[in-house]
Amino acid sequence: MSIKERMSGNEAVSYAIRQINPDVMPAFPITPSTEIPQMVSTFAANGQVDTEFIPVESEHSAMSAAIGAEAAGARTMTATSSVGLALMWEELLLAASNRLPLALALVNRTLSGPININCDHSDGMGARDTGWIQIYAENNQEAYDNFIQAFPIAENPSVHLPIMICQDGFITSHAVENIELLEDEPVKKFVGEYNPEEFLLNPGKPIAVGPYSVSNYAMEAKKNQEDAMENAKEVILEVAKKFYKMSGRKYGLFEEYRTKDADYIMLIMGSAAGTAKEAVDELREKGMKAGVLKLRVFRPFPEKEIAEALKNCKAAAIMDRCESYNGNGGPLGSEVTAGLYRNKVIIETVNYIYGLAGRDFTVDHAKQIFDELAGLVEEGKEVMQHQYIGLRK
Amino acid sequence: MRTDVSKINETTPHTGLTEGLMIFGAGTSKEFKTGEWRTNTPVFLEDKCKQCLLCAPVCPDSCIPVTDGKREKFDMDHCKGCGICAKVCPFGAIEMKEGIEA
Repeated sequence: MSIKERMSGNEAVSYAIRQINPDVMPAFPITPSTEIPQMVSTFAANGQVDTEFIPVESEHSAMSAAIGAEAAGARTMTATSSVGLALMWEELLLAASNRLPLALALVNRTLSGPININCDHSDGMGARDTGWIQIYAENNQEAYDNFIQAFPIAENPSVHLPIMICQDGFITSHAVENIELLEDEPVKKFVGEYNPEEFLLNPGKPIAVGPYSVSNYAMEAKKNQEDAMENAKEVILEVAKKFYKMSGRKYGLFEEYRTKDADYIMLIMGSAAGTAKEAVDELREKGMKAGVLKLRVFRPFPEKEIAEALKNCKAAAIMDRCESYNGNGGPLGSEVTAGLYRNKVIIETVNYIYGLAGRDFTVDHAKQIFDELAGLVEEGKEVMQHQYIGLRK
Repeated sequence: MRTDVSKINETTPHTGLTEGLMIFGAGTSKEFKTGEWRTNTPVFLEDKCKQCLLCAPVCPDSCIPVTDGKREKFDMDHCKGCGICAKVCPFGAIEMKEGIEA
């Protein structure tokens, strides 16, 4: 039986953490993720979880402690945002290269500067090459559901990689919406006990984690890590299937909203997908065949699947809530177009930058973008690449 | 998954390596002959040695074995030729020679 509730995204993830009851959580507070460690430490103080909560002195220490705990054999997680994730950067790579299935609740907030506390994806995107699995949520429900799926994905023997479960700062983390929660028992059963085969605190079976690797070995290790990331794609789908059986809620690598016959598709990630869907509904009523591809899994990047999903449309808007400062658009703009080209899907694409540092992205914005795509295809109107939505000019 | 690390070498394909290059075993650094990094080599002049044993504890790689109160020959499999032992010897019983061979 599901439990109908109303909750913020932070509350929802904390609720999932209580149900999972991880062994260790080192964390340092940072807006807008602060509520997660705050709530978990309350659960620990109230005896609702057995989690060892470690209040550390920085995010660098939080990730270091998390790596140590996970290597020791404890199911470990942490939470952070923005510059907190940036301060973890060095350790993020080590968590992945040491193949430690940690979980991190990332509440997306822009990276400084200018210093700002609101949502964009520059923190998560900045960590895109650290070797972490990254799953993004549209709303509190997805943040909750994704977090329950996190450990079964990360701990799968063919994966053994850390996983980031992302939700949009404030928009999702602080807005209270309806949610369907699962009961504790099925969640506990779904996630299961953590029984690593090899770990540091294992008497009689000594191991060394993270040894120095000379050039004759390091490249092979990196290839194995990349293979594990590729394996994660299949595992994410298997876990989603099992999750569907338990919850009745379906998840894939991405969600296709009214794309089957769509001429124009907006590829977008996170909370703004809801805005894009609303625009699609309104445009469909007026006769435009519009659709949304909401990317859920950014790492591993489902290049082939995206190409397959976009191949029959006339034009796609690729929406980046992040600037790459490379003169060539955002990370999604670069990766999606590379994937399309490699899979020989040659369609019109326009890369847009929106919602930086909490800038509003409205249904009207989305509709204007669809109109622009139609103008490009039907009237040959030139469209500027890499343009900023809602920018004062 | 527990792997015999002694069977892993520089010809092992990537699929044969351990996950995250973890080492499943203890004291395995002994198997790794770091002495080949050496560019200078200590020479032990036994006649000059008074067995004062100042050299043994200062060696960063524990390459001067001591048995029954007497130092023995250098462990050249692990000596990196840093020369600390030669500096600390009050009797000039250790000389540094250029190259990997004594």
